[in-house]
Amino acid sequence: MKLPAIVHKFSSPKNFYVMSGKMIPWFMWGFVLSLLVGLYYGLFVAPTDYQQGESYRIMYVHVPAAWMSMFIYMIMAVSAAVGLIWRIKTADLMASVSAPIGAAFTFLALVTGSLWGKPMWGTYWVWDARLTSELILLFLYLGFIALQAAIEEPRNAARAGAILLIVGVVNIPIIHYSVEWWSTLHQGATVAKFDKPSMHISMLIPLLVMATSFKLYYAASVLMRARSEILRREQNTRWVKEIIDNES
Amino acid sequence: MNASVQTPSTLSAFISLIKRDLMLSYRHRNELLNPLLFFVIVVTLFPLGVSPEKQLLQTMAPGVIWVAALLAAMLSLDTLFKSDYEDGTLEQIMLSPHSNALLVLAKIISHWLVTGVPIILLAPLLGLFMFLPGEGIITLMLTLLLGTPILSLVGAIGMALTLGLNRGGMLLSLLVLPLYIPVLIFSASAVDASMAGLEIKGQLYFLGALLVLSITLAPLAAATALKISVE
Repeated sequence: MKLPAIVHKFSSPKNFYVMSGKMIPWFMWGFVLSLLVGLYYGLFVAPTDYQQGESYRIMYVHVPAAWMSMFIYMIMAVSAAVGLIWRIKTADLMASVSAPIGAAFTFLALVTGSLWGKPMWGTYWVWDARLTSELILLFLYLGFIALQAAIEEPRNAARAGAILLIVGVVNIPIIHYSVEWWSTLHQGATVAKFDKPSMHISMLIPLLVMATSFKLYYAASVLMRARSEILRREQNTRWVKEIIDNES
Repeated sequence: MNASVQTPSTLSAFISLIKRDLMLSYRHRNELLNPLLFFVIVVTLFPLGVSPEKQLLQTMAPGVIWVAALLAAMLSLDTLFKSDYEDGTLEQIMLSPHSNALLVLAKIISHWLVTGVPIILLAPLLGLFMFLPGEGIITLMLTLLLGTPILSLVGAIGMALTLGLNRGGMLLSLLVLPLYIPVLIFSASAVDASMAGLEIKGQLYFLGALLVLSITLAPLAAATALKISVE
């Protein structure tokens, strides 16, 4: 299957650099605005939970961070596969620069989860299925980052990383369900995770705003990282030299 | 291709590769002992470190033996492609007209025969060390029979990815151990369940499914990764 020429044109490092430079301010402003709105509504306007009191409000950071941790892994796997199949450099690049951001969100989800766990469950850590699979996801991220760091040649690093990501994507559901099965087997109902399908709309809206905000933050920061990585990798080309000459 | 050169069929290439690898490991048979010794020693450390009490060891046994088996299997991966990579044989294999994935599968099978099977055979001894009852030992061997091939297959992907790297060993554990988790969960819980007199079919079916999935997909991924490594 061939990609239309426009994809290749847009994804050339130079065009990508120019286009993403124009997009970053939009993402950044969107992030700041939605963060302020989301935090205000989440922390001050949303009603107090009748069971969990005020401490549930950490959810407005925890849940979007956990969503992002999985979302970014999927983005990485898809763009790595695109890079592997159609040999698009920028797609490879997106996978490798996303990894630290994804790992950071995973870590944030784990930390906020354990801070939330202390007042709710009385302990910072339980071997709950979701916590455990989130921890394993962090290991998968760290493995990918370590593999990228170990291979010097960027092209080979991208291809090896792509295989690892694709293997990881096949494995994530298997790991997730085996962990879920394991924890129900070992612990039964000792952990009362609260069910949230029936979340009140006044609590849900700030959550969705925060989720949007986190996505915009990811978009802005991944493009910034990608731009500096492009400059580094293309440092010997003429267009990069022109940019640097103009700016200095 | 020159008509006078006869290309052997894929099947005969497959079989001769297995034979060659088995012969090579027989010639270097003392290398094969190391992961096995490691397996035994790790399990021996637990009674020394925790307590020699029968009750406690019995509860820990399935997990401890399986974790030790995971680590031993991971250590033994080192012999899977390394020497072939260093002397250029791997490049020849990759250049052959046969499906690379099938030839990689042949290498994995012969590797499992010399590393996985001894682990299965040693398991009853370790089961005795940890006071596993008879039915527990039988289930342990069954889960190892289904599980160790998965370890070799999935490990082959990690090994292929880290082949040409300095200090690939530590990296390998970071890549491979998270992927081993489902095998550990189902195997250890099957042994647990059989000691409690419960049904273990569910866990064994799951292991069987994982085995089938990894036989079909892992050689493909490993062969692609090897191509990158030999370039």
